Amino acid sequence: MKDDVIICRCEDVSYGEIVEAIDSGLTTLEELKRVLRTGMGPCQGRTCSRLIARIITERIGGEVADMKPLLDRPPTMPVEIGILAGASDED
Amino acid sequence: MRTNADCVIIGGGIIGAAVAYYLAKGGMTNCVLLESEYLSSGATGRCGGGIRQQWSTEPNAQLAMDSVRIFKTIEEELDADIEFLQGGYLVLAYTDEDVEQFHKNFELQRRLGLDVEILQPEEIASRVVKQVNTDGVRMATYCPTDASANPFLATKAYAQAAVRLGVEIELFTPVTRILREGNRIVGVETERGIINTPRVVNAAGSHSVPLARTVDVEIPITPYRREILVTEPLERFFDPMIISFSFGIYFRQVKHGSVIGGFAYADEAPGFNEESSIDFLTMMSRKLSFLMPALKHVKVVRQWAGLYDVTPDAQPIIGETDGVDGFFQANGFSGHGFMIAPKVSSLLSQLILGQKPDLDIDRLNARRFSEGDVDLDHSVV
Ligand SMILES: Cc1cc2nc3c(=O)[nH]c(=O)nc-3n(C[C@H](O)[C@H](O)[C@H](O)COP(=O)(O)OP(=O)(O)OC[C@H]3O[C@@H](n4cnc5c(N)ncnc54)[C@H](O)[C@@H]3O)c2cc1C
Ligand code: FES
Repeated sequence: MKDDVIICRCEDVSYGEIVEAIDSGLTTLEELKRVLRTGMGPCQGRTCSRLIARIITERIGGEVADMKPLLDRPPTMPVEIGILAGASDED
Repeated sequence: MRTNADCVIIGGGIIGAAVAYYLAKGGMTNCVLLESEYLSSGATGRCGGGIRQQWSTEPNAQLAMDSVRIFKTIEEELDADIEFLQGGYLVLAYTDEDVEQFHKNFELQRRLGLDVEILQPEEIASRVVKQVNTDGVRMATYCPTDASANPFLATKAYAQAAVRLGVEIELFTPVTRILREGNRIVGVETERGIINTPRVVNAAGSHSVPLARTVDVEIPITPYRREILVTEPLERFFDPMIISFSFGIYFRQVKHGSVIGGFAYADEAPGFNEESSIDFLTMMSRKLSFLMPALKHVKVVRQWAGLYDVTPDAQPIIGETDGVDGFFQANGFSGHGFMIAPKVSSLLSQLILGQKPDLDIDRLNARRFSEGDVDLDHSVV
């Protein structure tokens, strides 16, 4: 794959950046997320996680199926603070 | 994995990584750092990244001020970007007790040379941040040199610098037991074998308690869940961390633009629970909507939780354990371990290297709890 292909579209992270991070020793989705922000965008990794898992296995071996998925962090969908705070709050 | 080391450090959070670096820098390079998962997988990677010098006891303020001094040059020293930013801390007072305490803190901090100032509510908008709702605010203190940094990048920077000096770091390697013969440490047992060593640094956060028990040492730490959330990124519109002890909140805008913040439930039950709760999400949203109405239309994208390792006086436990030679504690940071990590880690490494620490840390030895008479800091969020 070409280095400048964007893998995480929400956070604008390329194939090349991901490979570089894996080669520097970050071998799990959670670690890559903390350094590159892959999976921190509005889609919370739904678009990019599988692709990244595949890149990890390409670089260091193993099976995508055995890979720990990103921990699910609520809320499932982004929600406005004002709505979470409750409708009773005048606006 | 090495089988013999001069020192084994348990825990790959900011403390373990920084201690490893300062030990190697001081000449003890045959060290191994063991981490049960990956770097910053514990409290460090979940924390707010706030660096505050405004404390109510002299030793805490001193540790934090010295740490800021180190943070200011650490990016150069470690050759890494850790997103260190001196955006200040704005501390809001709501009650009579707050006002009284804030004046005392102000006197103490000024005496130590901190550039803190007292602000009236109406000065906040023009001096610090426009968007804060000051309803009910009695006064505030503001220190422009208080700061923040990215905890994950800071830990990685210390760890990589330690490795460059010869330290070995083993990830996904839980320590199952510390090994002791009589009154001294002789090694650690991991899931991947034994390392012989005369020195162990217990920097495993709340998990330091069960680890210490494997050599019959009790440390008075209670784990408490603390929750935190983050919003979608916004254009930068405020620099300081905004906090209040009585209102119960801290929040700031990180470099990426997101607003990150949390508060502590006073009646949180102790334990290793790290689940997120809806209660926190709604309560925090109410607090943010009230304090900064401009955030009402901003979306929360993620929430998570981590553990505070709380001691009876909310101060860390640093130093060698009485009766067990070579067993060093570096835990119990009670929710403010990131901000004092550089100084505390450097002092502990001096102690381990047999040098005289350049600031007294004997007062942080665990023996203070058996001697009674502990000095509680009032400035804990
Ligand atoms: C929500 C939240 C917000 C916070 N905000 C701030 C803030 O703004 N400013 C601030 O200064 N502090 C803050 N803190 C506190 C700060 O995060 C901690 O004090 C600091 O990170 C402690 O670092 P540590 O290295 O001691 O612990 P940790 O980061 O917890 O590291 C301990 C490590 O030990 C590992 N470990 C555990 N058991 C074993 C074992 N048996 N073998 C090997 N490894 C093991 C763990 O996996 C972990 O990585 C916050 C904490 C939380 C939870
Ligand atoms: S594509 Fe990576 S977080 Fe959305």
